Formats: sequence, structure tokens, C-alpha cells
Amino acid sequence: MSVDLSTVKRVARLARIKVSDAEAETMTGELNAILGFVEQLDEVNIDGVEPLTSVVEQSMKKREDGVSDGGYADKVVVNAPASEDNFFMVPKVVE
Amino acid sequence: MTNLIDLTIAEARDKLAAREISATELTGAYLGAIEAANKDINAYVAVTADVAQEQAKASDAKIAAGEARPLEGIPLGIKDLYATKGVHTQACSHILDGFKPEYESTVTQNLFNDGAVMLGKLNMDEFAMGSSNETSYYGPVVNPWRRAGSDVALVPGGSSGGSAAAVAAKLCAAATASDTGGSIRQPAALTGTVGIKPTYGRCSRWGMVAFASSLDQAGPIGRTVRDNAILLQSMASVDAKDTTSVELPVPDYESFVGKSVKGMKIGIPKEYRLDGMPEEIEKLWQQGIAWLKDAGAEIVEISLPHTKYALPAYYIVAPAEASSNLARYDGVRYGLRVPGDDIVEMYENTRAEGFGAEVKRRVMIGTYVLSAGYYDAYYLKAQKVRTLIKQDFDQAWENGVDAILTPTTPDAAFAPGEITDPVTMYLNDIFTVTANMAGVPGMSIPAGVNKEGLPLGLQLIGKPFDEGTLFQLGEVIEQAAGRFNAADWWSK
Repeated sequence: MSVDLSTVKRVARLARIKVSDAEAETMTGELNAILGFVEQLDEVNIDGVEPLTSVVEQSMKKREDGVSDGGYADKVVVNAPASEDNFFMVPKVVE
Repeated sequence: MTNLIDLTIAEARDKLAAREISATELTGAYLGAIEAANKDINAYVAVTADVAQEQAKASDAKIAAGEARPLEGIPLGIKDLYATKGVHTQACSHILDGFKPEYESTVTQNLFNDGAVMLGKLNMDEFAMGSSNETSYYGPVVNPWRRAGSDVALVPGGSSGGSAAAVAAKLCAAATASDTGGSIRQPAALTGTVGIKPTYGRCSRWGMVAFASSLDQAGPIGRTVRDNAILLQSMASVDAKDTTSVELPVPDYESFVGKSVKGMKIGIPKEYRLDGMPEEIEKLWQQGIAWLKDAGAEIVEISLPHTKYALPAYYIVAPAEASSNLARYDGVRYGLRVPGDDIVEMYENTRAEGFGAEVKRRVMIGTYVLSAGYYDAYYLKAQKVRTLIKQDFDQAWENGVDAILTPTTPDAAFAPGEITDPVTMYLNDIFTVTANMAGVPGMSIPAGVNKEGLPLGLQLIGKPFDEGTLFQLGEVIEQAAGRFNAADWWSK
């Protein structure tokens, strides 16, 4: 499988990365080279093989359903580019 | 008097305990070395001299009180992807500009609890994506090693290039690193240092900037096998904050160093012999086999038939997980924000400016392979191939193999800009990526030099949670090969 320019632009949109036409052009070639490389996997017979979901056999750890942390909203927002009264500030999203 | 920065962790530990040296002196010596060399090597992106001096003072007090902890007063460099409270933590990305976490990663906390001193944060490929440390927002790291008779700069490997170069140039006693596809072992091989990627789940990933969550694992880079054992002892733990942290006690790793390897069965996988591989790599491998044989190990040829599919499968799994993990960098909660007309444009502008070319490439690949209609053809298939890769290793262990010996990399260090094609760059990880895909531990030990005088490494791959055996075998190789030091040009 390979990607064309419009697919690359669509994927960039999905990934929320702005790309210029020239960048999209370059990326198309690079992504196709990588997709060409991974095509080798088509040689492998995977009939009846289960996908690997965990490299270590261990049942999912559970913890008590209780509050174990928190109560410091001021610390949570301290690295935000814009915040006010312990809220993250973003451009208006609702008219 | 010996130069303090020449001491290994084990040697410094003894001298500190005997009060022959103080932690303050030791830390001061490293800070001086960094000051003199960092402009040439570019291993540190932030030097935390004040923190280090304070920690060293506290260590001297502990030693004086007879309360020395395992790493008391040992100066370490910390890879920039470990969250360190109040200190530069950006995984060497522009998008995390100014980020100083309010929390400490479990691994660094473990090290500090054991008395370690932090000298600063180490350069790396952006978000650990790279094999040459050329993708860092803070510029490339320079390998202390040069080709004989040449002063052309070489890359230190990646992504833990800053860690490996700092250890090789003696700008820290040892360093933390991390390994998703070879990012500890490949730079260790290219700089004549020792590095181990432990079993997935051995070290907590809490507070490590995530790249590919099912593959990422913390580990050390140091000068000797023993130093690696000492450091891993402190880094590893069982941690409730990481659900993939495995509930197994941490063994006494150092006790394995120096134990006999007599009767151990060492597998030599024929699939690691590549067409066009330099003759020197094959020679090094045969030398390693001879050393282990001399030490009483039994050598057996084994087959890991799905080896060649590990790298292509990795380049689906890792970008897919990365695209998901890196979705959090949107200019809202931390780091860089580039304004736009609306919120979506703000996201797009921020990520366009904040991510470098390699990170964008991988996020794009990941987004594509996970997008509607392609999941089965790519991600699901890659995860099935991963099962087959793991079964190859399981088969070897079932046949009584104790560990596997391979070269670490297909070649020695190269010059910056020498490899521009992404896929060719990816091939650097061809021998290391299998261990990540199967979750098993792997260690690189320097074992020789090529005809240009550059170091080459051998890799030992072990059974899950059997790092002890790797330290045992690694020590045999280190004793036989000797240690490798680059000729100092950087301290002047």
C-alpha cells in the first residue's frame, strides 16, 4: 500500500500537524519508503496467531477504588502556557 | 593522586567509604570536567550544579554518620526524558519548552533514595526517536571517539547519545538511559560503554516521557558491567504507579558479577549474520564465542526465524503507540503554544513548530496505520508478528539456552549527516529491536575496535527477569576484552 499527497494531508489533519504543500510532498515520499519497508510483513504466515498484548504474563494489577492523590490544582496548571484561577485557558471553542 | 573522574562507581564507592575522598570533591571534579568539555561534546542540556553540590554535601554527612546508602555520593547524569522535580525535563523537544515537572520519576527517586547525586540532564534524540542523537532540539552530541588519525566528529548513537557520550568522556560516573528499540545498547556499542536494557516491567516507567509504552524500558549506561549491576539494583523496583511494573523482588545483581559461567548454554542465532556485514563484526562475534567457550560455556547454534521481521513490525508498533502518546502535546497544559485563529489551528501550529521532522514522520506513520480501515492490515498484523518473535525466543529457552550472543550493531559509529535516509537509519537497530519486541533483557558490552580504532559491542540477550545471568556473562567478556577508553581531546 502507498499513500498519495491528499492522504498525507488528511493524515496530517488527523494528527493535528500543519504541513505546507512542499512538506506534504516530501513526507509522501518518506512515508511511502517506510510503508514499503514494512510490507515485508506480508511474507509472514500469521494464520491462527494471536496478537501480542503483553510481553510479560501478569494479570492486570488492581488497586483500591479510592482517591490516592490530588488536591493541588495550582501545581497542575503551573506549566500551562496560559491559565487563570487554576483553569487552562484556550481560544474560544463555543460561539 | 588518581584523577577522581577516572574512578568507576565500584571504586568511588570504596574510596568514599574509606574516607579517602569526599562526595563533595568527587562531584566538584565532575562539574569541572563538564564545564571544560560540554561545549565540545554537548552531552548535557542542563547542568544542575547547585543541586549536585547540595546532594554531595548531604552524602558526606551520611558517610560521616556511618549511614551511607548504596549509591552514596555517586555523581550521575540523567537522560532528559526522566521527570526531575523543578528541573529541565523536555525529552529534548521544542514542544516541551520550559517544562519543569512538579513530580519526580520513580527511577530517579529510587536513585536519590540510595544517595546518588544528579549532575544534570543529558541530551538525547527528540522523544527518544533516533539512532544518532541528531534529532535533538538541543543539537547533536559529539562522540568522544574519533577515527584513528582523524578529527572528524562522529555520532554517539541514539537515542541515549548524551548518556553514552557523557559516560565515555567521563562527564559522569554513569548515566540513566532508556531503550525502546536499542536506545541504550546501540549508543553504548558506539562509545565503548556498557549498557543494559532490562526486562520490560523491571523498572517503573512512571515519570518517564512516553514514546512507545509497550516497548519503553529504563536502564543504565556505565563504564563496567559491575557498575551496570550496581545501578540497575537501585533503578529497578516494584511500583504501584506503573501497572506494567512486575511484582518480583529485585535480586542482588552485583552478586552475579564474577560468578562462573561454566556449563551455561549460549545460543548463536544464525539469522544475525547479515549479507554485507563488515568482516570485523563477524570476527568480533567469533572472538566473543571463543571467550565464553574458554570460560566453560557451551556454544550452540540456534534459529530465531522471525528476526528479520522484528524491525518492520517495530516500525508499525512504535509509531502507532507514539502517535497516541504524543497526542497530549497540544499547547494547552504545558510547553510551547503557537497561537491560531481557533483551537484546532492552535493545535496544528503548535505541533508543526514544536515537533522535529523525525517525530512528525513517526506521528504521521502511527496515525496512518491506526486510521480507519488500516488497523488490521498494519497494527494487528505487526502485533501477531510480535507473538512469533517472542515464540522464537521462548523456543530457545525451552531448548535449554541460558543466553544468546550477537553483535550489538551492524557497524561502528558514523559521521553526522552520513545517513539521511530514514529507513537506512532504522537499520542501526536491527540486532537490538528484537529484545524490545519480545520484552527480554539485552546488554551491550564493548568487545573490540574496528580497523579505524572505533569501538564495537557484543550483545547478550537473556531470559525474562534473568538480568543476573547477563551480568555474569558480561563480566567474562569484559575481563577478556579489557576496557575501552577514547583518547582525550575534549578536556583541554
